[in-house]
Amino acid sequence: MNIVVLVKQVPDSGSERSLSGDNTVERQSANNVINEMDEYAIEEALKIQEAHGGEVTILTMGPERAAESIRKALSMGPDKAVHVIDDALHGSCALATSKVLAAALGTLNPDLVIAGAESTDGRVQVMPHMIAERMGVAALTGARKLTVEGGTLTIERQTEEGYEVVTANTPAVVSVWDTINEPRYPSFKGIMAAKKKPVQTLALADLGIDAAEVGFAGASSQVVEHAKRPPRQGGQRVTDDGNGGVALVEFLSSEKFV
Amino acid sequence: MAEVLVLVEATRDFTVKKVTLELLTLARQIGSPSAVVFGAAGATAAMVDKLGEYGAEKVYAGESADIDGHLVAPKATALAELVRRVQPAAVLLPSTQEGKEIAGRLAVKLDNGLLTDAIALTADGTATQPAFAGQVIVQSKVTRGIPIATVRPNSLTPAPQAATPAVEELQVSLGAADTLAKVVDRVTEQKGSRPELTEASVVVSGGRGVGSGDNFKLVEELADLLGGAVGASRAAVDSGFYPHQFQVGQTGKTVSPQLYIALGISGAIQHRAGMQTSKTIVAVNKDAEAPIFELADYGIVGDLFKVVPQAAEEIRKRK
Ligand SMILES: Cc1cc2nc3c(=O)[nH]c(=O)nc-3n(C[C@H](O)[C@H](O)[C@H](O)COP(=O)(O)OP(=O)(O)OC[C@H]3O[C@@H](n4cnc5c(N)ncnc54)[C@H](O)[C@@H]3O)c2cc1C
Ligand SMILES: Cc1cc2nc3c(=O)[nH]c(=O)nc-3n(C[C@H](O)[C@H](O)[C@H](O)COP(=O)(O)OP(=O)(O)OC[C@H]3O[C@@H](n4cnc5c(N)ncnc54)[C@H](O)[C@@H]3O)c2cc1C
Repeated sequence: MNIVVLVKQVPDSGSERSLSGDNTVERQSANNVINEMDEYAIEEALKIQEAHGGEVTILTMGPERAAESIRKALSMGPDKAVHVIDDALHGSCALATSKVLAAALGTLNPDLVIAGAESTDGRVQVMPHMIAERMGVAALTGARKLTVEGGTLTIERQTEEGYEVVTANTPAVVSVWDTINEPRYPSFKGIMAAKKKPVQTLALADLGIDAAEVGFAGASSQVVEHAKRPPRQGGQRVTDDGNGGVALVEFLSSEKFV
Repeated sequence: MAEVLVLVEATRDFTVKKVTLELLTLARQIGSPSAVVFGAAGATAAMVDKLGEYGAEKVYAGESADIDGHLVAPKATALAELVRRVQPAAVLLPSTQEGKEIAGRLAVKLDNGLLTDAIALTADGTATQPAFAGQVIVQSKVTRGIPIATVRPNSLTPAPQAATPAVEELQVSLGAADTLAKVVDRVTEQKGSRPELTEASVVVSGGRGVGSGDNFKLVEELADLLGGAVGASRAAVDSGFYPHQFQVGQTGKTVSPQLYIALGISGAIQHRAGMQTSKTIVAVNKDAEAPIFELADYGIVGDLFKVVPQAAEEIRKRK
């Protein structure tokens, strides 16, 4: 099976993140990592490859620095990578991003595309369906379990009340949550091997996309302004002297919760 | 006044979810609210009164086995057809996984800008979105088309305003690509009497400090006394104390209740990402240095196994 995994580089959610003067994510100074959910996507792809054979390709759209995350992803085991990189992409909205990723996927002809269910920076949670819509293929999203039988895919999709069992034939896009597996750590051998794995770079021109359709120029939505939210002020703090529970209820009652 | 389309979110047994009433309330500030129902036969009849109570002037009934039996795509196709036909001023959807997914496909079909996770939307189409765990607040607009916005539950208080909706059946012509993903089964895992996590006005969450799955009974007890939902930190979920769908935070649910009580939770940045827009935050933690106290309106430094049972007892006394 020809599998492509979508991997996005994001600023580490554990450290301070900010927007820059042009209202885009500050990626220059940030501590950048692989979007956590995408590590689960890579793991799932490798498990399918182990069971059914085929090839696993990483696809990333991002600035030059994203190359570090691509190497890191390759060190887990995938065979090769494609990096879409073009200055005109800066400021892209979700629509433009999906157009570029769908075009790049078109050059790879995958049976199966696996993505994270959401990124930790944008958290827009729409990329898998947008891409499926553009490619005219099935989307099985929010998977906590995926089974592959021949060309048939079946997922368990987590819902508020429980889960739905959803099935489709390849080609398809699947997105995964962190409940699906436990991503492997790259081995020393994997890290060494990753250095030699092919990474193809593609510019917009290679995909037949005009610069005016993406980035700031082609954005379908626009951040008008941003402001740091004043940090919440801690309020009253008491130490339990044996009456903490009663004091807590006093507070809740003063706020009309009890 | 132009119509504002509101995607109705409901349970499988046709109870309108609170977020839908919030969206109708918001829609009234922008135009004339029209509710769009997708589901199995009978869905509209079961919900039309409730939708009218909150000001729906029109209800579009999209009831068919094809819509109900396939994932997301048919709903987006039906909505796109409706948008082309009625030219609404805006489309509002709940910021849930499915709401966002439908919105995403709709945006592609119409080549129209998309605003996700809005907590407010003005009549001129400016959305307020929290970014990076609520550390940054962003104002944004679409530059192509009408505002297609997904709105977070609990962003505003639903207010009734009686209307008598006209019901119109939606005739939907689906394409082959709409029925590729078949829903073959729906399994209910647990559905108690507690309110849903993202909609609850009170959430009581437990962390690693709760110590075990058994001890989570304490968290549940306090939640029940306050009529709230139960949440958990990722450490509590990873330790197997509580099921994953109750996780609050960056990789779990985002909640914004009137009252959030954190028991034995340290307050890591990824946990805050899911709860820091709560109105009132209360924390019980035995470590006075725990970062959760930096955002708690009321904090008790103490052992939760002493404080919580005593609080529960006190609430019972007062009832
Ligand atoms: C705070 C914030 C708010 C935003 N709000 C909006 C908005 O309202 N409307 C809008 O149009 N845009 C918005 N954006 C921009 C949007 O996030 C980007 O266009 C982004 O490229 C795609 O969204 P996502 O990463 O959130 O995707 P998601 O849909 O959350 O990502 C899901 C998965 O798609 C894959 N993926 C996503 N991006 C890439 C990539 N570049 N390369 C490879 N794989 C990828 C990954 O597997 C990822 O796990 C926002 C960005 C930020 C930072
Ligand atoms: C990419 C990423 C995504 C993440 N997403 C999430 C997420 O969605 N949600 C989330 O919650 N976390 C998330 N995390 C994990 C997060 O960083 C923390 O590890 C987690 O929130 C810690 O949970 P905790 O506060 O329950 O545990 P701990 O940090 O171990 O804190 C336990 C607390 O309990 C207190 N305690 C212990 N015993 C008692 C007692 N008897 N009485 C009172 N207090 C007591 C301790 O003092 C301590 O403060 C994520 C991490 C990463 C890297």
